[in-house]
Amino acid sequence: MALVRPKLLVENVSRVFPGVHGGAPVTALQPTNLSVPENDFITLLGPSGCGKSTLLRIVAGLDRPTTGRVLLDGREVTKPGPERGMVFQSYTLFPWLNVAQNIAYGLAERGVPEARRREIVDHYLARMGLTGFASHWPKQLSGGMQQRVAIARALANDPAILLLDEPFGALDNQTRALMQELLLGIWERDRKTVLFVTHDIEEAIFLASRVLVMTARPGRIKAEVPVDLPHPRDYRMKTTPEFNALKARLTEEIRAEAVLAAEEH
Amino acid sequence: MIRPLEPVGQTARVGLGLAFFALFVGAWAFATLGGFVSRTFLADPVTMLQDGWLLLTRFGFLHDIGMTVWRVVGGFALAAIVAVPLGILMGAYKPIEALLEPFVSFARYLPASAFIPLLILWAGIGEFQKLLVIFIGSVFQLILMVAVAVGSTRRDLVEAAYTLGSTERSVVRRVLLPANAPDIAEILRLVLGWAWTYVIVAELIGSSSGIGHMIIDSQSLLATGQMIFGIIVIGLIGLVSDFAFKAANRALFPWRLA
Repeated sequence: MALVRPKLLVENVSRVFPGVHGGAPVTALQPTNLSVPENDFITLLGPSGCGKSTLLRIVAGLDRPTTGRVLLDGREVTKPGPERGMVFQSYTLFPWLNVAQNIAYGLAERGVPEARRREIVDHYLARMGLTGFASHWPKQLSGGMQQRVAIARALANDPAILLLDEPFGALDNQTRALMQELLLGIWERDRKTVLFVTHDIEEAIFLASRVLVMTARPGRIKAEVPVDLPHPRDYRMKTTPEFNALKARLTEEIRAEAVLAAEEH
Repeated sequence: MIRPLEPVGQTARVGLGLAFFALFVGAWAFATLGGFVSRTFLADPVTMLQDGWLLLTRFGFLHDIGMTVWRVVGGFALAAIVAVPLGILMGAYKPIEALLEPFVSFARYLPASAFIPLLILWAGIGEFQKLLVIFIGSVFQLILMVAVAVGSTRRDLVEAAYTLGSTERSVVRRVLLPANAPDIAEILRLVLGWAWTYVIVAELIGSSSGIGHMIIDSQSLLATGQMIFGIIVIGLIGLVSDFAFKAANRALFPWRLA
């Protein structure tokens, strides 16, 4: 057992959804344990319907576990909060706020003074390559830009952990690769603790220091694969033999699950 | 060539819109001035304009128009003041919706015009009674439509707000309200149009002023020109207020059009 207290501790968390119209209850997540040390970048990899998003939503406080509990810095999670910043797969920028106002949303909720707010917003605009777009409406931005603003909006709250639920899932391949590098660059500098949900094997390896493979429904963590590739990483890493070895291994792990999941439907 | 869903240019749009007005007036003039319809039943456009001029200059019709506009705006404003907050509460909080929705759905089908005799008993034939007719006619519709709009707010936006540190109260104020403000404005525009039909009905019975009153007076004189002029004035006022509403919405909610 590690002596250092983990940043995030998931203890025996499961989720059973009640049956619809008298049907049998659905177990989305079997009792799961997970310990995330500070500064770790964890990717949760699994086919759709494996409960990985359910687990993330429970950590975010957007869903309640049927059993077990989630501890962040030793405190139990009971509801959503700004210390667990979340980026969703769908575009969730507030359409009535411009880019700068969106980034400042959490700061305004906490009553951060106007001058400090502007400082933080300018900082993230610059880091996300969004300078010059401060007063654009979300509708005027591409999908990749919207997700960059969403990441900036979550980071502006300086969260203890960043949760991402397939944030690049709706983007085209080229944009997705650029976004991965951008996110990794931020992590390499800030070393924020990150929990990242994806079904893309390459993405899972490229970003993570640890990949957790999840089984098909009912979901549980099946394997834990450390990624010992050096930092800083860039796109060329995706063609190295080490990377491909990991990819081959995870492909095997995930394929069995995908086959199971496909048979179920 | 006309193709499905193909947009039309701005000039062509205005031109086509005006062309149909011209066609309508042309057909009317042809039927009446050409002698195909009896003058007793339908005045021709020229007589209508002459009658209208007479109404405005000699019979103080401007005062009637003013009274009608004030009644619509007054009754509608009262309804909006009650309905918008209530609709937002119903949309946001499901127990309040469960409490009020069945009754409001029932009350929505009560015809405002059927209340007029009762309202005259209760409130006399003064201005307050006219305002009440419009109030009853619009308030229940407004409540339901606002509640539906607020209730269908995108859940992921609400969830995003929570993960950014919003409390339950501030989700209502900072997400539900701004997200639905354009829809609420659109609902107000729509229901205001309906309020115009209630005001005329209210003025047809037990009234001594207003456009509706003028129309019922003209009926006893068989002055079809004046009646048609009154109806056209209502249409024009509706058109103008519609334009004003749309322009205001565009100015208030630029993010919708961006």
